[in-house]
Amino acid sequence: MNVSWGWVSLLARAARTRRGAIGLTVTGAVVLLAIIGPFIAPHSPTVSQTAPFAPPSGAYPLGSDGIGRDVLSRVLAGGWLLLGVAAASTLLGVGAGLLIGIFAAYRGGIVDSMLMRIVDVLLAFPPLVFALLIVSVLGRHVWLLLIAVSISHTPQVARVVRAAALDVSARDFVRAVELLGTPSRRVMTGEILPNLLSVVMVELGLRFTFAILLIASLSFLSFGIQPPAADWGLMINENRIGLTVNPWGVLVPVVLIAVLTIGLNTFTDAIARASLGLERPPEQMDLVATGIVSEATL
Amino acid sequence: MTAVAAKPRAAERLRTFKRKHPVFRLVVVRLLIGVLTLWLVSVVIFAATQALPGNAAYAVLGRSATPARLHAYEVQLHLNRPVIDQYGSWIGGVLHGRFGTSLANGESVSALIGPRLVNSAVLVALSGVISVLVAVILGILTAAKRDTWFDHTASALALAVIALPEFVVAIALVILFAVLVLHALPAVSQIPPGGYPWQYPNELILPVATLVIVIGPYAFRITRGAMIDALESDHVEMARLKGLSSRRVLFVHAFPSAIPPVIQVVGLSLLYLAGGIVVVEYVFNYPGVGAALVDAVSNRDIPTIQFLVLALATFYVVVNIGTDVIALLASPRRRAPQ
Repeated sequence: MNVSWGWVSLLARAARTRRGAIGLTVTGAVVLLAIIGPFIAPHSPTVSQTAPFAPPSGAYPLGSDGIGRDVLSRVLAGGWLLLGVAAASTLLGVGAGLLIGIFAAYRGGIVDSMLMRIVDVLLAFPPLVFALLIVSVLGRHVWLLLIAVSISHTPQVARVVRAAALDVSARDFVRAVELLGTPSRRVMTGEILPNLLSVVMVELGLRFTFAILLIASLSFLSFGIQPPAADWGLMINENRIGLTVNPWGVLVPVVLIAVLTIGLNTFTDAIARASLGLERPPEQMDLVATGIVSEATL
Repeated sequence: MTAVAAKPRAAERLRTFKRKHPVFRLVVVRLLIGVLTLWLVSVVIFAATQALPGNAAYAVLGRSATPARLHAYEVQLHLNRPVIDQYGSWIGGVLHGRFGTSLANGESVSALIGPRLVNSAVLVALSGVISVLVAVILGILTAAKRDTWFDHTASALALAVIALPEFVVAIALVILFAVLVLHALPAVSQIPPGGYPWQYPNELILPVATLVIVIGPYAFRITRGAMIDALESDHVEMARLKGLSSRRVLFVHAFPSAIPPVIQVVGLSLLYLAGGIVVVEYVFNYPGVGAALVDAVSNRDIPTIQFLVLALATFYVVVNIGTDVIALLASPRRRAPQ
């Protein structure tokens, strides 16, 4: 198998399982809605159109929110920023964790211990609390949100990758290329990295789900994506006082976030099964991925 | 050889234990790393809140602040002193139980947080106990009845729920039980100041239910996996071949091997709760430390933020060490002296 296309074949194998197919379809539908949504929204998502918390009507099929904005347009416009920030922070966070994990595992010794101590320190913060700490002082900006979420991914990914990279670098073919005098950077990128493919794919899926959870929660707490922008998490909080008058402003974003995270998690589960050839769910990866368990304890 | 001579003195026994017992060394090492981690955590919190480039007073009060207010604020936070001094007086105060004065209302942080700590502890303890109990029982049952419809339904449900954010679960429960479908329970948990949560059981139901739904599936999946491993092991096969009853095999022979992962599950659940209470308390307006943190961040009440983040991180580190040590003691293979 050609290594550089390994990830495609892994995704394809996952998508062919029943669970994977369901997960991918559901996720794809929500992502598609979020991407084309802003272009097909019938009204402006940020300008008041009608009476506050108006019930559904012909022009406003999902009614209006607390200041009379069209709920349907806000739903259509409210997903892309969440998904965009989640995707970017996942790539950044997993990328950084991958670098740190491989480097720590391959170098070993003092470099390894120091990097892992830093990882321990970052792991001592509950991720949401860490993001709140950053937002509380530096302010509420989308780029800060992105950085805060990336940083909360990094230590967990670094731990998982380090453990996997330690296994790989002890294998014979790595010893062989080292004996040939291959520079260590080439050993890390050319020999170790390709063998971490399945670990990285599973981490990407787990972390993407987690990023969506974290960003939506922060927006819900009003520290994430800021008004007047449309955002699903924010909408749920804005509209919950009008729940008895026009529930659609809460119900639709709740269902969309639920469907999105459930779909993504199901697909990630399928990737993990496909990559490990496991019959049953990789529970133990859950444990390792959360970073509180070292492989030795399992 | 007399019996007296053969019996080493207590102190001597302890020394031998220290020397020979790998667990003792591991525990000490873990504790030292924990203390080091906490110290670094305090540095990170301080750096993020008070020592960043630019003046924290300015960041907090905004552009419209008068010079007099800025100055008063700087004096209050000791911003006019060198950074190392500022850190020293903060951490010195924390170690002596002085957590500073809230900028929001001038009360001491400990007076503000104390009662809320009790409320949150009740919430965490109740949710933790219920979710772990339910998850472990379901985990054992599904592992025993593997690949039946019961197992498949439970596993599929867990996989679905595991991915949901707390606030989605919370809002769904509010819609179902408090606002739209049924009107059985309060949508907000207003416990009056001076009241205790156990005096208001109705106010506790929805927050606890949310947390149980959010953390239960993790615990369930891990218990189920550990039990399946245990049931497939040789010694359980042996017990079965001896003709023991399946209940005896399940609880006496298989479950003990699943205990270390289950302990990890308890730890994991507690860790998750430390972050989970923030959102859940906010949704239900439950007067705990999580809601206090959200308020403090909104008001940029730096002393309160510093204290709450440090407290939550300390909880995290202590639970981590506790779980590691207990899991170590519960796995005989690693406990034995080498």
